[in-house]
Amino acid sequence: MADQATVFQAADLSIGYRTESGLLPAVRGATFSVHEKECFGVVGESGSGKTTLAMGAINYLSENGEVLGGSSRLRGQEITSLRRFQMRRIWGSRIGMVYQNPSAALNPSLRIGEQLCEVARRHLGLSRRLAGEASREMLARVAMPDPVAIMQRYPHQLSGGMLQRCVIAMAMITRPELLILDEPTTALDVTTQAVVLDLVAQLTKELDSAVLYITHDLAVVSKLCDRVGVMYAGEFFEQAPVRELYHAPLHPYTLGLLGCVPRFDPEGGKHLLASIPGSIPRLDRLPAGCIFAARCPFVQDRCRTSSPPLREVRPGHFSACLRWDELPTAAEYARSTPAVPAHKEERPEVLRAVEIKKSFPPTERLFGSGGRKSMSVRAVDGVTLWVRKGNTLGVVGESGCGKTTLLRVISGLAPGTSGDLLLDGRKLERSVQRRPRKVLKMLQMVFQNPEASLNPRHTAGRAIARPLRLLAGLSRREARGRVSELLQAVNLPLAFSRRLPEELSGGEKQRVAIARAFAASPRIILLDEPLSSLDVSVQASLVNLLCELQERNNVSYLFISHDLAAVQHLSHWIAVMYLGILMEWGDAEDVFAPPFHPYTEALLSAIPVADPDIRQRPIRLEGSVPSAANVPSGCRFHTRCPRKIGRICETETPPWREGRNHHSIYCHIPLEELRRLQADTIARTTKGDG
Amino acid sequence: MLRFITRRLGLVLLTLLISSVLIFLVTQILPGDVARAILGRFATPQALANLREKLGLDRPLLVQYGSWLMHYVQGDWGLSLSTGEPVFPLVTTRLRNSGMLALVAFIMYVPLGIILGLFSALRRTKVFDQVVSITSLAFIGLPEFVTGLVLIAIFAIGLNWLPASSAIRPDSGFIAALPRLILPGITVSLVSLAYITRMTRSSTATVLETDYVRSAYLKGLHPLRVLFTHVLRNSLLPTVTVIAVGIGWLIGGLIVTESLFSYPGLGRLLLFAIQRRALPLLQAITLLLVVVFSLSNLLADILYALLNPRIRYT
Amino acid sequence: MSDPGTASPSRGLSRLLGRLRRNPAALAGTVVFLFFLLMALIGPLVAPYSFEAQNIAQRLRPPDAAHLLGTDQYGRDILSRILTGSRGIFLLSGTGTLLAAFIGVSLGLFSGFYGRLWDEVLMRILDVLLSFPPLLFALLLLATLGPSPLNLLLVISVLYVPMLARLARSTVLDLRTREFVEAARIRGERDLAILFREILPNALGPILVEISVRFSYSIFLVASLGFLGLGVQPPSPDWGLQINEARSFFATAPWILLFPAGAISLLVVATNLMTDGLRQVLQPGSR
Repeated sequence: MADQATVFQAADLSIGYRTESGLLPAVRGATFSVHEKECFGVVGESGSGKTTLAMGAINYLSENGEVLGGSSRLRGQEITSLRRFQMRRIWGSRIGMVYQNPSAALNPSLRIGEQLCEVARRHLGLSRRLAGEASREMLARVAMPDPVAIMQRYPHQLSGGMLQRCVIAMAMITRPELLILDEPTTALDVTTQAVVLDLVAQLTKELDSAVLYITHDLAVVSKLCDRVGVMYAGEFFEQAPVRELYHAPLHPYTLGLLGCVPRFDPEGGKHLLASIPGSIPRLDRLPAGCIFAARCPFVQDRCRTSSPPLREVRPGHFSACLRWDELPTAAEYARSTPAVPAHKEERPEVLRAVEIKKSFPPTERLFGSGGRKSMSVRAVDGVTLWVRKGNTLGVVGESGCGKTTLLRVISGLAPGTSGDLLLDGRKLERSVQRRPRKVLKMLQMVFQNPEASLNPRHTAGRAIARPLRLLAGLSRREARGRVSELLQAVNLPLAFSRRLPEELSGGEKQRVAIARAFAASPRIILLDEPLSSLDVSVQASLVNLLCELQERNNVSYLFISHDLAAVQHLSHWIAVMYLGILMEWGDAEDVFAPPFHPYTEALLSAIPVADPDIRQRPIRLEGSVPSAANVPSGCRFHTRCPRKIGRICETETPPWREGRNHHSIYCHIPLEELRRLQADTIARTTKGDG
Repeated sequence: MLRFITRRLGLVLLTLLISSVLIFLVTQILPGDVARAILGRFATPQALANLREKLGLDRPLLVQYGSWLMHYVQGDWGLSLSTGEPVFPLVTTRLRNSGMLALVAFIMYVPLGIILGLFSALRRTKVFDQVVSITSLAFIGLPEFVTGLVLIAIFAIGLNWLPASSAIRPDSGFIAALPRLILPGITVSLVSLAYITRMTRSSTATVLETDYVRSAYLKGLHPLRVLFTHVLRNSLLPTVTVIAVGIGWLIGGLIVTESLFSYPGLGRLLLFAIQRRALPLLQAITLLLVVVFSLSNLLADILYALLNPRIRYT
Repeated sequence: MSDPGTASPSRGLSRLLGRLRRNPAALAGTVVFLFFLLMALIGPLVAPYSFEAQNIAQRLRPPDAAHLLGTDQYGRDILSRILTGSRGIFLLSGTGTLLAAFIGVSLGLFSGFYGRLWDEVLMRILDVLLSFPPLLFALLLLATLGPSPLNLLLVISVLYVPMLARLARSTVLDLRTREFVEAARIRGERDLAILFREILPNALGPILVEISVRFSYSIFLVASLGFLGLGVQPPSPDWGLQINEARSFFATAPWILLFPAGAISLLVVATNLMTDGLRQVLQPGSR
């Protein structure tokens, strides 16, 4: 790797922002390099400065941004001193860029084809016709079906995954020497993400490009990158080859980050997640010495006074920690947290949903195309599940599978079309407005987006007190006391009760939402993807909090998510959902070990696991999820199933095949056969493999 | 697309129908006995009754309305009560005049407003933007009659470049009338100019900050290309709507301006009709203006749908 | 350690002032607006002369020591007329706009929240009302009712109800689907409680901005109506009317026209600047 040509090199790069309160040093002393055919990952949480680093490195900063020092070189040529008009010849031709949000890179008013062609014409000097051909060829290379038609489309007519592929095509049409990807798959579904990642890996190998991959997702990096750099508050803490970083990191922050990610372990056994207490320091109030000292579990006195720069402590492995040689391995660190108690025995049911169905009437189109009749959308098409006391049921599925709708039906916000809900054996009213207060008290909810689930004009204290007054019937004074208890239970200082949501961070807001849900002591709490918009370390602390609260209050959770690892960590039981129905159901350990339903199998192989040693068979699903208005006949997964056995999958609905401990799979293939076929879908390779 | 247009058109027609009812009712409640107003104070009860019958004022209200509407859509707008002339040709001549004035104004403020707004957004922190911003704000606050009088004072009376009064012959041609259209044209434009400028400025500023424009720059494209191809196509969309809706404002401005400059347009006729309680005239003009305004809003909606790919292609 | 539950007014006020300070134009606008408001309140009391006191001997005098802004064709003191006139403006435009706001916002709130048939019907009615160019509508109504001050007030109210209703409705429609409203439903809040405790505090921002915009339009409108002779009648010191009366003397005594014109412009511009400032404060992120 070292003898490959260096494409990009940053040396001691420092970038700052001019604000009202002065100059903020967003990036300090960053040094890294990326070589041909290499993928260098920059990992960091929000506020780490990774996007600023990328923008500054290619000399594209906003008006108040400024390169304060250091250099960045593209194939030896210094670019920090170049003027805008000179950079214009480099941007788009020698440097390609792919953003997080594909619709942020494409102009909604221009056709896809035009946006690709303009790059080709500008940088490759091609005529209109030749540029069109080049664009079509590139679109075919990124596996777009029917490139000719796609060229004529507008961005809003394509799905997120297809758009992102177009953006990649647009970035690569000039065969750039450096390709920068900034969180390109965060907005995408798991299976779509897998396809896009495969594509990036393949293209960069074919085209000799150097790739700079920026993300917060440790798992993706472990699959895609050759070398990784970890950033924190504007500095690199560590840089190393990927395998070394994941097994034996040489910085406490990296250890902490790795500990925060729920380790997906096919061999089972789980521990509480390590979490990183405290929060990232403000850029205008950076402490002396090591900036991580306040949160570091390995801190010593000398860390507060001196901070070593990033230096090579082992061949190819750089660290900025003084105690680099005294740290445990990642596996040891993960085991250092308390183990989670073993699986619970059979308990009484708290909630049962029977054959829930929810359809939406056909929507009217503004501009109809011919006489196409639109059918009603069958978002939830017959789901039966139950949750036991003190247990967590995790419902997993991608966007469009209907899990959110299912939750809304159970909560009563969107009354179901048919089916029954039983709470503690008694039937629930379908509409939340009809449910009496004492029923509402038993079932509460935490929403996905903490920004939106708290009223911006109400203080945290009021938000938490309201259910106490309304559902628990407490007086104002009693409520105030209980609010303090609840704030303590979610680890928030009491003073926060007077704060408005805008004065709280994302994680703090979600804690308030959790406190609010727990206020009236419910029996079951519904959680709608409560972690998805939060940083990794914040997620870890919330997951721990939820576990702890469940232990203490013996409350049940119905938890929906697309994050398989988090679900596996929190849940006792798991249901896998696809296109409105359940495909698999069982104990958390059973569902993630063979035999799996083919869809579960595809999910497991698509989701990157934060461990470079875990080999996942690349099973990729063809096409995209069918519309819920047009559900396929027979087994509705047959249009994409890699294990389809024949006509029977198209004509007959499958049976539920039950294994041990209520593990059920909705498939035509018998369990034993599945177990045999799937033995090597996801397995650990021998440790120490080079 | 066709379905969209027909749906909107249907809604507009429904709205116009209800508006016509409103207009009819409101004007019928005008105080004053119409028959008495025509025949004078000394008319005999018999003569009054005869006239009322002749004018159809003794029929039930619904019938009167129906009859009026039927005639209206066929172009028979009755006779003016004060002059005895047919209303239709009178109104159409005045409409043409007002149209000429509106056209002159339109040509002045639309291109200028867009250009000023664009430049202002592009040079956001510079002096140009401040000046444009403050000036446009000032003009928003100046009613047409004020600016008109000032303009007359400066250009007509002071410098004697342009005529002070625009009392053209009601049927003169466009070219002949042109010199007399300039001052009132400027007067009625200024407020609309200010609005267009501000709208264009703010929408362009918004678009300039979007991620996709940023991406366009990062593709290494020439800034002019980014401007014309990427920015304008999105930032002009709201401006189109504002221009069309501004027609309503323009109509109001015309009323005041025509009065000030003694210009024989529809606005001045409207005022005349109000003062003289000329019922058929008033009804005809009001309904006509409402139709014009509704149609311009409809046009704005359709244009917007056509230009915005998100609506045009599902 | 009491927790009032909603943001305390003092905290909101200090944040407001902080943001205003960063926008000098908006600050200036607000100051001028408040100045005119003050004039409206105490104007007639501090005016040196009565607004209708004629003094033919002193007619058409340019500004001097005795008459700071000069006199008009009847010898009336222009300064006093302007001071007194501001009260009329605020009474008319202000009350009219507030009345329109009360009716319109209520209609829009309930219509947007409950939806269904009432909402459709209301929308059609609003469509009809909005299909009239504003000045035309005002003229039509005033021609029917006669130009008394009460009728003017009525006309202004009716004229601005549609826009305010529409805005309130769209704000409610937007807020109604937010997650914090759903959270309120899940904890058993009743409809009215949701409307007034959850939605309204968040809707106030855009509504206040719109009220401010309508106010500035109404000043314009009243002035125009006064100019056309269908607004306030003489001898009222309405600014628009003053301009109309001053037309024939413009050449010889331009100050009779310029001062009331200046007053109108200043107030409208100030209100617009203030609105811009309000918009920035209450709806951060908009330009």
